[in-house]
Amino acid sequence: MHRFAIRFAALGYVGVILLAPISMIFWRVEAEGVGKAWSALTAADTVHAFKITLILAAIAVPLNTAFGVVCALAIVRRRFPGKGLLNAFVDLPLALSPVVVGLSLFLLYGRTGWIHFGQILFALPAMVLATIFVSVPFVAREVVPTLREIGNEQEQAAHTLGASGWQTFWRITLPSIRWAVIYGVVLTAARCLGEYGAVAIVSGRISGRTETATLRVQDYYENLDQAGAYGISLALCVIALAVLVVMTLLKPKEGTA
Amino acid sequence: MSIRVRGVTKHFKSFVALDDVSIDVESGSLSALLGPSGSGKSTLLRVIAGLESPDSGTVELDSFDATQTRPQDRGVGFVFQHYAAFKHMTVRDNVAFALKIRKRPREEIRARVDELLELVQLQGFGHRYPAQLSGGQRQRMALARALAAQPKVLLLDEPFGALDARVRLELRAWLRRLHENTHTTTVFVTHDQEEAMEIADSVVVMNRGRVEQVAPPRVLYDEPVNEFVMSFVGQANRFGDGWVRPHDLQITLDPNGTTREALVDRLAHLGHEVRAELVRDDGERLTIQLTREQADQLELEGGQIVYVRPTRETVFS
Repeated sequence: MHRFAIRFAALGYVGVILLAPISMIFWRVEAEGVGKAWSALTAADTVHAFKITLILAAIAVPLNTAFGVVCALAIVRRRFPGKGLLNAFVDLPLALSPVVVGLSLFLLYGRTGWIHFGQILFALPAMVLATIFVSVPFVAREVVPTLREIGNEQEQAAHTLGASGWQTFWRITLPSIRWAVIYGVVLTAARCLGEYGAVAIVSGRISGRTETATLRVQDYYENLDQAGAYGISLALCVIALAVLVVMTLLKPKEGTA
Repeated sequence: MSIRVRGVTKHFKSFVALDDVSIDVESGSLSALLGPSGSGKSTLLRVIAGLESPDSGTVELDSFDATQTRPQDRGVGFVFQHYAAFKHMTVRDNVAFALKIRKRPREEIRARVDELLELVQLQGFGHRYPAQLSGGQRQRMALARALAAQPKVLLLDEPFGALDARVRLELRAWLRRLHENTHTTTVFVTHDQEEAMEIADSVVVMNRGRVEQVAPPRVLYDEPVNEFVMSFVGQANRFGDGWVRPHDLQITLDPNGTTREALVDRLAHLGHEVRAELVRDDGERLTIQLTREQADQLELEGGQIVYVRPTRETVFS
């Protein structure tokens, strides 16, 4: 009885909170007409929006992956003044409302801000900065506990066997934390694709220029083009599901390797 | 390779792990660092390997000051208590690691790994992952891995500590044979005095970050320099102002002026040997070791009053 209670509670929660709203999107696209959704998806500005989204992710994900791994190594393996602060500040983007992030970038780079050179606001540079800001914590948060768990004995063994720090990192440390890194990358990418608040403020939301796919959904929605909004939402959902499926297919191999 | 440690001190925050330690390890010898937990023996081994850097003092390898040398440049092989197996690599890749790092030709690596796997009796296990091995097999793999690059010194940190008793005995004997064949300078850490006495040529007894005595097993047992060594290496009873080994006490049924009265509290029959736990009239406990014949002759039984006399006593000033 008890077993079933827990199972139903978990499945029920996921069903009601997560799956029901998402399946509504599939259903609405069907209802509004697949043709309308398709034409919204293939509109030049939408294609451009997806392109912008990809560019943002392509810049933010590798940067935050590298930073996250280095940061986790520093937090777990090194002792230095300010380590506690670093550890706390990595989580800042999780606690801070993205709108506040956008606003702070706006103030820093805007007309009355401190930094002026070229076009930063209402252009790609500010959008990149905002995206990087909000997706900072994920890789570090995934990697830190894994690094703690594996300890540093394997690394020490590699050193005594003649490996340099660099060789040890590539041959021992990175393979040991690869699942945490991959998971962190997926979360980071998801955040980049889905970011709304911060990017909305600094981009100016100019169709065909500074609009991401997520902003485009809102754009369609505000213009009462529901079919378009659902169509693009559907595309974003499909990407998310595809990532989940790939992760699930890959993950079981971890046990044997 | 000879090892010379001079005046090494190491603190971990306020804890003194090593307090002005100096030892010499002869080239080609098999030495044990023996002591209770917290005595600094593992820290000393790690300082020799370069895995810890001392606060002060020097480590010389073959008369070369290696104190500042990184572990990867010291030419030592290190075996960890918990194996430190590379979990994402097969047994072969684990063993080949040092050779791959040194960019040896593939054929040479293959031949050397085969040879090592045979040496540690893991032929046929090359394609397994460490998780698929038993503890003893993992430690043998770790030994093969440490030997791959032909280190001039082999350092083992409680290598058999995590293994069950039978496997421990097998590996001890194996390590002793390995040393007889290769004569690689070997230093191992242990808290098990029997293990140290059984395989080492020379035993360094440590306590609270200091070296108490360095001697061959027999000298250590027969001529301990102080009470700590006396009581830590082998069993010992306090007897008046002195110390006496369990087999250096004689039991008689009648007093004779030099004897002390004692009550037989418990008898343990351990095959050929009988161990008697006695309580003296002043409350001190004694452990006495007798042969079965001696015990039978005295018709010893629990609750009996007997008289004891040391045949060989050690008094520390």
